[in-house]
Amino acid sequence: MTAVLEVSDIRKSFGGIKAVDGVSFDVQEGEILGLIGPNGCGKSTLFNCILGQLMPTGGEVKVDGKVVTGLRPSELNRLGVSRTFQLLQVFPKLSVRENLILAGQEHQGNMMSRLFGPSDAGLSAAADQMIGFFKLDHLATEAAGGLSYGQQKLLDAAMAFMGGPRLVLLDEPAGGVNLTMLGDLKERLAAINRERRATFVVIEHNMEFVMSLCTRVMVMAEGKMLAMGTPAEVRANPAVIEAYLGH
Amino acid sequence: MSNLLDLLVAGLATGAIYALVAVGFMLLWQTSQTINFAQGEFVMLPAFLMLAVMHAGAPFWLAIILGILLSLLLLGLGFKLLLVDPMLRHGVLPLAIATMALAIGMKEAVKQFFSAEASPFPSIVPAGDVSILGRVVSLQSLGVLALAIAVVIGLTALLNRTSVGHQMQATAQNPTVARIIGVPVERMILLTFLINAFLVALASLLITPIYLAKFSSGEILGQAAFIAAIVGGFNQVRGAIAGGLLIGVVDNLSAAYVSTQYRAAVPLILLIVIILFRPQGLLGRPEERTV
Amino acid sequence: MTATGKYLRIALGVVVIAALIIVPMNFNRYGLFILSQWAVMTIAAMGLNLTLGYAGQVSLAQGAFVGIGAYAAAIMTTQGLPLVAALGVAIVLCFAIGWILGYPALRVQHHYLAFVTLAFSTLAFLVFRNEDWLTKGIYGISNIPRPNVLGFATNRPLPFYYFCLGSLALVSLAMWWLIRSPWGRAFVALRENPVRALSLGIDTRRYTLMAFAIGSALGGVAGTLYAPLTQYIDPVPFNLSLSLDLLMMVIVGGSGFFFGPFLGAMIAVLLPEWLRFTQGYYLMLYAVAVMLLLIYSPTGILGSLDRYLAERRTKAASALRAVAKSRLETAP
Repeated sequence: MTAVLEVSDIRKSFGGIKAVDGVSFDVQEGEILGLIGPNGCGKSTLFNCILGQLMPTGGEVKVDGKVVTGLRPSELNRLGVSRTFQLLQVFPKLSVRENLILAGQEHQGNMMSRLFGPSDAGLSAAADQMIGFFKLDHLATEAAGGLSYGQQKLLDAAMAFMGGPRLVLLDEPAGGVNLTMLGDLKERLAAINRERRATFVVIEHNMEFVMSLCTRVMVMAEGKMLAMGTPAEVRANPAVIEAYLGH
Repeated sequence: MSNLLDLLVAGLATGAIYALVAVGFMLLWQTSQTINFAQGEFVMLPAFLMLAVMHAGAPFWLAIILGILLSLLLLGLGFKLLLVDPMLRHGVLPLAIATMALAIGMKEAVKQFFSAEASPFPSIVPAGDVSILGRVVSLQSLGVLALAIAVVIGLTALLNRTSVGHQMQATAQNPTVARIIGVPVERMILLTFLINAFLVALASLLITPIYLAKFSSGEILGQAAFIAAIVGGFNQVRGAIAGGLLIGVVDNLSAAYVSTQYRAAVPLILLIVIILFRPQGLLGRPEERTV
Repeated sequence: MTATGKYLRIALGVVVIAALIIVPMNFNRYGLFILSQWAVMTIAAMGLNLTLGYAGQVSLAQGAFVGIGAYAAAIMTTQGLPLVAALGVAIVLCFAIGWILGYPALRVQHHYLAFVTLAFSTLAFLVFRNEDWLTKGIYGISNIPRPNVLGFATNRPLPFYYFCLGSLALVSLAMWWLIRSPWGRAFVALRENPVRALSLGIDTRRYTLMAFAIGSALGGVAGTLYAPLTQYIDPVPFNLSLSLDLLMMVIVGGSGFFFGPFLGAMIAVLLPEWLRFTQGYYLMLYAVAVMLLLIYSPTGILGSLDRYLAERRTKAASALRAVAKSRLETAP
């Protein structure tokens, strides 16, 4: 197996506060890594450092062995690193299909072909396939803003897969999603991981969701890595239990 | 260098007037996100109101009082109730455009109901010169400067020393929190509109004797006030004051030393440089951004 | 959109285009001048609508680009060069300057951006006024010739009006193509949510600059038509108030709607003319009308229409559901 993502000794401080304090880990191809930890432990900051939203104070990020530290999010995305956000980030006025085409259009051709080529950038079929995969078929032409919260969450996740990414970072995909929808989402994510060998890192508070979806789980506390292992190992780790259950 | 002192005093005098206008402009932005593109016309109008009262036979002092009262009514209360209140919830841009239309309307109304020609306007400071450090300086410039400084000091004292001032500052910084701690936010916002109306009326009284009363005189003034507010710092009273003084001086110096043709360009270039390299202004704090 | 709705729209479009061609045939010189001016201002406003309405970047400099285009046309055609050459120069020049003017947009937003572009607008005006060797300063450039288009002379008002209308049609088609292309989608993404756009691989910098450059270039196109329309130009029409007027057109018509600029330019160019009968009061009434319009429909005419139609659709849908439900309940 080869490492898709290698993070070594990433640090990020805001003023005097060390939000991320020397975190290192690898993610192997096809793996689903869960990232858990109490609120404010630095998970989202770590994500933002990996994805170029924030410039890390120190350390290095490699994707497929290539150093990508400090690249802009758009450049990183075109290298095959995709993400979702904690809060919903679909484009409410565009239709479901348009949202998906938008998510894929910058991954092919160049500025000229996107101006003079077809209006859908040749992505209608791929978008419809994704719509089918995430079971949003009857909603393809609806404005995304008119969908239910859970459906928008599915669309949000689907958008992250349009460019055929090597690596997807999902920030709380299950947040606010009702139970039925949650099952759908987990099952779809597992399926896309199986079928396309897409590699995930997932931040999630829903333990049940993380433990059943992820192959490995990393626990963060106070900006540092507290534990890393299979769901069972992490669950049994005394340090983790203490961090979660308090003193 | 011979007339540098004259230029400085004249520059500070116009700059002090710009500062009054800029402070009002900035207060409106802070308390109610109003970018008032008619601010220059707000300065143009009170002089005509005073002239109208004088044409009716009233003495100058009465005209000043009535002019200021009418300004408070029209440019303070009327502006807020009729234009700002109905539009505020729709965001910054439609309101800004509406104030542009208001500027056109005010100019046209003055042109139509008063005159398209420039009218002379009496000065509240007696004409003449005084001698300072062996140089002759215009009494008018000094008087304007002194009056403007007095107003600025008064306003700063009001904002910083009185409880009403503190409530206004709280409203400007965070209306939600201000409301929670019991500040009568609505009344404070109305008060800033009245203060703005008072400041522009005063600026009108001071500047019109120098540049004459003309329907179009607000265009340049308004722009100078925008530039002053941004250069100094969009979110600080002392920033707007410093910006006003700076623009007044720069304007006068560049007229003398750069070229009369491009004197107007110097403050603009200053504006562009400031926005690009120090967008919070010389004395301002960075504005909080929400992603 | 229902099928009947679609046919209604097409029919409406055909009627409007036919009216624009046929009705002005017996207009007098002045009427044709005003209509030509409407077409020219619509082109400039479409450019601004791209920058502001679609890509969400405030610009108060569109009038300056109209000025640059107009001066390019005036200077070159009075030297005997064809208008097409001037058009090329204007487009390239405005595109390049617009691109540069877009750089501040990468650093600052909203009102700051408005003031940078405002400052640029005033600087451009100073150059028009002061560089006598190039622009003839306040004396202006007169005797600007009107072009021959495909062998037809456009000296008379009616042919020139058709020339302006034809240009508007071409620009509209190009714009339609642009906003339906992936670029148009990227512009909307940039306006709605730049952070998410970045995370989807959209190079927001490049699209921001493009939005400025293309919008500005359309201002230049409008300018190259403006010069032969008036046949005389001086700096006055290209001062800040033209930029403000164009901004007003975009907002009043409906920012971000394709037909917004057409309506906005109609109100800004034609409404004052319709109010002429009130003589000295016409601009005052116009200002009051614009304010009232903005108070009652702050998203512009098309914004309000859009909301009205959407509400009616939801009402109709819920009425349908109610009927279906009552049927179910009363069914045996």
